[in-house]
Amino acid sequence: MIIGKYDPLKGERFQVLDETGAVVNEELEPQLTEEKLVGFYRQMLISRTADTKAFAMQREGRMGTYPPLKGHEAVQVGSAMAMEAEDWLFPHYRDLGALLIRGVPIHFVYLYWIGNEAGSRFPDGARVFPFTVPVGSQIPIGVGHALGAKLRKEKQAALISFGDGATSEGDFHDGMNFAGVFNAPAVFLCQNNKWAISVPRERQTAAKTIAQKAVAYGFPGMQVDGNDVLAVFSAVKEALDKARAGGGPTLIEADTYRMSDHTTADDASRYRPEEEVKAWEKKDPIVRFRNYLRAKGIWKEELEKNLQEEADKIVEEAVHQAENFPLPELEDIFRYTYKEMPPHLEEELAELKAAVEKRKAD
Amino acid sequence: MPALNIVEAVRLALREEMRRDDSVLVMGEDVGKNGGVFRTTEGLFDEFGEERVFDTPLSENGIMGTAVGLAVNGFRPVAEIQFMGFIYYTLNHLICHAARLRNRTRGNLSVPLVLRAPYGAGIRAPEHHSESTEALFAQIPGIKVVVPSSPADAKGLLKSAVRDPDPVVFLEPKKIYRAVKEEVPDIEYLIPLGKAKVVKEGKDLTIICWGAMVKVAEEVALKAQEEKVDVEIIDLRTLYPMDREAVINSVEKTGRALVVHEAPKAGGLGAEIAATINEKALLRLKAPVLRVTGQDITVPMPKTEDYYIPDAERVLRSIRKIMSF
Ligand SMILES: Cc1ncc(C[n+]2csc(CCOP(=O)(O)OP(=O)(O)O)c2C)c(N)n1
Ligand SMILES: [Mg+2]
Repeated sequence: MIIGKYDPLKGERFQVLDETGAVVNEELEPQLTEEKLVGFYRQMLISRTADTKAFAMQREGRMGTYPPLKGHEAVQVGSAMAMEAEDWLFPHYRDLGALLIRGVPIHFVYLYWIGNEAGSRFPDGARVFPFTVPVGSQIPIGVGHALGAKLRKEKQAALISFGDGATSEGDFHDGMNFAGVFNAPAVFLCQNNKWAISVPRERQTAAKTIAQKAVAYGFPGMQVDGNDVLAVFSAVKEALDKARAGGGPTLIEADTYRMSDHTTADDASRYRPEEEVKAWEKKDPIVRFRNYLRAKGIWKEELEKNLQEEADKIVEEAVHQAENFPLPELEDIFRYTYKEMPPHLEEELAELKAAVEKRKAD
Repeated sequence: MPALNIVEAVRLALREEMRRDDSVLVMGEDVGKNGGVFRTTEGLFDEFGEERVFDTPLSENGIMGTAVGLAVNGFRPVAEIQFMGFIYYTLNHLICHAARLRNRTRGNLSVPLVLRAPYGAGIRAPEHHSESTEALFAQIPGIKVVVPSSPADAKGLLKSAVRDPDPVVFLEPKKIYRAVKEEVPDIEYLIPLGKAKVVKEGKDLTIICWGAMVKVAEEVALKAQEEKVDVEIIDLRTLYPMDREAVINSVEKTGRALVVHEAPKAGGLGAEIAATINEKALLRLKAPVLRVTGQDITVPMPKTEDYYIPDAERVLRSIRKIMSF
């Protein structure tokens, strides 16, 4: 039992690995196969590789505004790996790392930030809600979805992910409040990366922790070390299992850091001290987990080389797919407004088409 | 065929749809045991139980957000907002998610929900209980805005709204909630969304209206008859997307048009209708299109609200103006 053990009001935080990757909590170290552990590491490498690539593509003019995930690898991978096939993910817009684990290949995320709606038309069967740009609005939607699963008596939970800034929105309050009242099978995962663009966490709430807010809604909340993939995995898994079993919602605050700019349009050096960034670089979630694997005798140079080569290949393929994806047609921007196109849209489409064709002909 | 008022017709529509389809849910504030503050959901809690008819915490934003989630998860929530004056809390989820999820997922996810709210002035209600701001909603691509004007229409339109694959804002004219009883078909009765109704045929002038204003138009039509003006009345029924064809067909016949709505004039649907007539039937017009509307002011409180709502006298004056053009 992890939930309930770490009192957020006392500032207690769940950790399995310390910043060097040494096990500090043997009792709660998850007993996972080597394959699974390598799987975590592999996903984190792919996430970072895909992220670095997206950032570079933006600089080359091949990508629109993109929100980097660097520093969030452990929280995204750990949480997504904790989900069961039937669960639904209501992601934070930074969640590339979680999406690809949940059956949404990287090129969808690329397409989305390149500016193509097809990027939100996820593959059939992927139980993932598209990114919500209005901050925090995925929270009550995820709760409603979870409530639906409960009404239908399906063993299914919703993992709802968002940032620290989002906790100031009314949607956070509504989502938490409705989930508590309806005992909805929802797990709230706050990726507290300390900043909401340029506004620090202290400006979002006078509360000591975000996790403690759960207390007021009548269900447990806890802080985990968000750069410790094992801690995130174990806490989220327990919370999801509890939700599916009818035990109600949980709020998990993952203590992490945005190692990059807010988006490619931002310059974080304008508002946050270099020393802070440097201090967090020492807590890099990937390095930490590598140390753990090395100590266990799992990590070798050879493994790193193979995994990185594979990650590079996957990302190259994603770039290729995104950049060669068929361009949307003019009709597409009308076609999905309603199930059936109403007469006024038929008319507008016909007029626009005529103008565009004339323009092309000239 | 029983004679019902609008409240009873709404209730009947909900009951029939809930019996027909297990995925239909009723949610909102006081909709459960209490049956809604206007009693539109009375008896549903007893018949369908708390899993299908449930009170939510007091938050319109929460109602709308969770309704979107329920709809994505295969339900057809019918969410009640107690008064239109409180519907603004739902706007973010309505505009950013309900209205656009089908488009942004290229048809993969959709949001078949109904957002019901009583609207309009004239019942001596407290502040914030009398607005009619339908025009705010008639500019949100992806949703439909429907307003019944009679008990039979309330039943037929609401049943269609519940079955519609897209989100529908269903605005109920509370001034006439219990004003009239009429025979409401007790059979499967569906009125298609997106289609207007010719309430009364006439050859001289078309009044375009909806909701509580249809009654005003009917009253005026009788008076106009005495002045030898034969009025045609079009009840839009669906405000958005609007049945332009019905409006144009009528105006092509009569050559004169008057829009009557309770909402403020500036940027109201009257402007949209007049512009549409200009675009499609200008040369058939014998006079400018006029509007009789609420004023561009805050809806007054009960002591003065009657100044605000268009009445027969104001409508008649505009008819005379058009006829003497
Ligand atoms: C409702 C809303 N307000 C403002 C914005 C602009 N905005 C985008 S991201 C962001 C900060 C979000 O911070 P946080 O929730 O901590 O997530 P993070 O980006 O740090 O991961 C802001 C203000 C928005 N997208 N939506
Ligand atoms: Mg943040």
